[in-house]
Amino acid sequence: MNVLAAAADGGVQIGTGEAVVFWVLGPIALAGALGMVLSRNAVHSALWLVNTMLALGVFYVVQEAPFLGAVQIIVYTGAIMILFLFVLMLVGRDSSDSVVETLRGQRVAGILLGFGFAGLVGAGIARATQDLPVTGLDAVQGGETSNIEAIAELLFTRYLLAFEVTSALLITAAVGAMVLAHIERDPGTRPTQKELSRARFLTDRPQTLPGPGVYARANSVAAPALLPDGRVTEDSFATGIDPQEVDQMPRPTGRAELGTPDASLGSLEPTVSDVPGGQDAGSTPR
Amino acid sequence: MSLTHYLVLAAILFTIGAVGVLVRRNAIVVFMCVELMLNSVNLTLVTFARANGTVDGQIMAFFVMVVAAAEVVVGLAIIMSIYRTRRSASVDDANLLKY
Amino acid sequence: MDTVPAEGLIAASWLLIALPLAGAAVLLLGGRRTDRWGHLLGTATVAAAFVLGLSCTLALDGRQVDVDLFTFVATGSLDVQAGLLFDPLSAVFVLLITGVGALIHVYSIGYMAHDPRRRRFFAYLNLFVAAMLLLVLGDNFVALYVGWEGVGLASYLLIAFWHERPSAATAAKKAFIMNRVGDVGLALAIFLMFAQLGTVSYEGVFGSIEAVAGGTVTAIGLLLLLGACGKSGQFPLQAWLPDAMEGPTPVSALIHAATMVTAGVYLIARSAPIYDQTPTARAVVLAVGAITLMIGAIVGCAQDDIKKVLAYSTVSQIGYMFLAVGLGPAGYVAGLAHLLTHGFFKAGLFLGAGSVMHAMNDSVDMRRFGGLASRMKTTFVTFGLGYLALIGFPFLSGFYTKDAIIEAAFDRGDGWGYVLGGLAILAAGLTAFYMTRLMLMTFFGRPRWEDGVHPHESPTVMTAPMIVLSVGSVLAGFLLVVVFPLEEWLSPVFGEPEGAEHVVAPILVSILVTLVMLLGAAAAWLVVGRREVPVVAPARVSPVVRAARRALYADTVNESLFMRPGQWLTRALVFVDNRGVDGAVNGLAATLGGSSSRLGRTQTGFVRSYALGMLGGAVIVAGALLAVTAG
Repeated sequence: MNVLAAAADGGVQIGTGEAVVFWVLGPIALAGALGMVLSRNAVHSALWLVNTMLALGVFYVVQEAPFLGAVQIIVYTGAIMILFLFVLMLVGRDSSDSVVETLRGQRVAGILLGFGFAGLVGAGIARATQDLPVTGLDAVQGGETSNIEAIAELLFTRYLLAFEVTSALLITAAVGAMVLAHIERDPGTRPTQKELSRARFLTDRPQTLPGPGVYARANSVAAPALLPDGRVTEDSFATGIDPQEVDQMPRPTGRAELGTPDASLGSLEPTVSDVPGGQDAGSTPR
Repeated sequence: MSLTHYLVLAAILFTIGAVGVLVRRNAIVVFMCVELMLNSVNLTLVTFARANGTVDGQIMAFFVMVVAAAEVVVGLAIIMSIYRTRRSASVDDANLLKY
Repeated sequence: MDTVPAEGLIAASWLLIALPLAGAAVLLLGGRRTDRWGHLLGTATVAAAFVLGLSCTLALDGRQVDVDLFTFVATGSLDVQAGLLFDPLSAVFVLLITGVGALIHVYSIGYMAHDPRRRRFFAYLNLFVAAMLLLVLGDNFVALYVGWEGVGLASYLLIAFWHERPSAATAAKKAFIMNRVGDVGLALAIFLMFAQLGTVSYEGVFGSIEAVAGGTVTAIGLLLLLGACGKSGQFPLQAWLPDAMEGPTPVSALIHAATMVTAGVYLIARSAPIYDQTPTARAVVLAVGAITLMIGAIVGCAQDDIKKVLAYSTVSQIGYMFLAVGLGPAGYVAGLAHLLTHGFFKAGLFLGAGSVMHAMNDSVDMRRFGGLASRMKTTFVTFGLGYLALIGFPFLSGFYTKDAIIEAAFDRGDGWGYVLGGLAILAAGLTAFYMTRLMLMTFFGRPRWEDGVHPHESPTVMTAPMIVLSVGSVLAGFLLVVVFPLEEWLSPVFGEPEGAEHVVAPILVSILVTLVMLLGAAAAWLVVGRREVPVVAPARVSPVVRAARRALYADTVNESLFMRPGQWLTRALVFVDNRGVDGAVNGLAATLGGSSSRLGRTQTGFVRSYALGMLGGAVIVAGALLAVTAG
């Protein structure tokens, strides 16, 4: 923009600092957006989106909207994105995470149209706003009146009705979410602790499943448990996740590491806990 | 440097969000892409508020945020209940409404 | 036509119609709750209507009273006032309808005693009486038409009263359809009147009919005649009336002998001012009457079904009436007098036939009757009196009124007069033949009853109306011609009787008719009475008898002239409809359906495909906007 022309229109000159902020954060926001679309993992997508939103929040502050900037960071990135992550955790990973396209031509057409749209709208905006003067908000805020006061003044006068209607919208959304997420259960149909316990002992495996990562270097959910002989315990596989390849600890080899044979034999006193799973019930008098 | 830069950036972000809606199958990611589109519009509104010298644009952005919050709550609840019945969060699996 | 506004009792003459109508409504809407007393209510309303009609008639004093009720139709230039015209002509019809109607209601109490749907029967009878009274009392052609259709409906319902019998259902449909042909004629006549004169009231039409061109008047007259032929069973629409005997016998007596079928005569008599303007139409009336007279008489001679013989007799007697009213002013009174006496003796004859059927387990085959005179004395005597009245035995009803018609025919004075008179005398002989044959086969000779039939006299509630009607049959002619001359009573309607000079001396005509009548009766005795009547109709008979048995091939003619071409046309239309119209429509539908199912393939159900479409649309809009602003 022509600086002289802007000054002649009574506009505000955009400072160098803002330009620096824009050129730093703009690419970061773009990168976040692209990362969100491109990353396989939905959790990564969410984190990329948080990145973009934070950048946008800074843009708001820079553009004389500190209130919106704060709301963007606190409510959007703080609350809404956490909600996303909650649901992601609830739903877990599934085949939809795969980035293989199933609709024929969808990806190509989408990208082509995206380029076309971005080009057309970008060109249109650039053409229409190249001489847009920056009036600035000094007249309505700054000085005595803060940004929040300026917004509040309009919100509770001109936009009062819309504001009130918004409350109805929010309560409707809250009730709607409760109705949708709620599962109707008849009272008494939920199994009690006693029933669950009884059912567990009627199975072949009353004890808990083995935890992951035993004797392994990883404590990831994807890492399976190992048996003492080094085999993988299939019981410990997490559902829906390919078991991770586990790097085993190097086997102890030297005498010092293995210890004495007596020590490794342990005590000769039999204990109940020596019977695996307590399954040798027949021989044990009760 | 001018406001046009912000607007073009918003347009590009919007387009990326739109393309994301088209190419991603996970309903939650699709939802995130929608959020991105809403955010880019908010950027536009704030920019124009500054250009015009009124805070009306900011109030619009504020309302967009409120509506987006409500939309997220309901939308995620819908995704939850779909997931509960179909064991899938893929938007392609919910294709009963067809010929 | 000079009418006076209604006052006093006659102003309440709308009750005549309202009473039976209310009865019908109560019986039809009341449902089974009215089963126990429904027949009594039905009879009471008609009896009350008779008392009211008699009072009104006595108060009439030769006036023509117009009872204005309400505006029936008021649209544009069509303004129909619902009103009643109570004049001497409608008065005699009111008395006939309510009088004979009340008697037949009483008779039906006994006749229908064992029918589970007796209440509905009385409802229909009441409906008929109401419609018939509207027909004769209306003061305009639209009211007449409403009543005309009402009696048609009641007739249909009553013929099909035993609709579980296919023959009854078919007969009802036949009657309805053939009546419809006539009704179209009547409707067209009314349309024509409205188009030409702008009015449909009797007063308006008759007052301005002279101004209408001759051809139009002739058309109106012929269309009215078509309507009359349909309703009265006249040539060429006579075939439905004998079939209508499938209905219960009281219906045959009331509707298909005494009242409804004479509506055609009423229509032509009422429209006398129209026929006065058109000798052509009047001549056609004459021809129709003469032809029907002979058809009915000839066919009646060969029928074995007692009700069919009486039905063809009715056709023939109404032919007499048409002949009379076709003769013009000279014949109106004679025709109407015959209508009244015929109402009495034919209703009596039908009731007698019903009594006989009641005794013979509902059989109608006269070849299985015989020797009933000693078993059913009341029926025999009343039936016999009706028989004598019908064949014109001297000094009974038929003698007076039939002679009057024949005299009027001769009084035309030209060659046609002699031809018509001769035909009428010949028909009188034939009437005597078939009625004597009926009497001999039913009441005399050796019993030829089927097994298990034990004839017995009918209950008093049935015989009492028969006795009353037989007294009427004996006296009505004498009363109407000699004591209270109908001619004078009707003079306000048809004008003062002219002292016409007779071409043939009346006494000569009477002697001639009596001789021919005796000749016919003697011939019947020679053919039937002298010999044993075979139980099964002989197959080897002359072509004339064969033709008469088949009703002179009326049904065959109707079938080959109308039904078969109609069926052929229907088939052709169905073919055109199936292949042409349906083909085009189905082809269009198939094209649309195919293309829509092909378009439907784009609705994959994948929300991302739809989103792609939306983005595509947005790109197009953005491009268009840019093109417009940049261009």
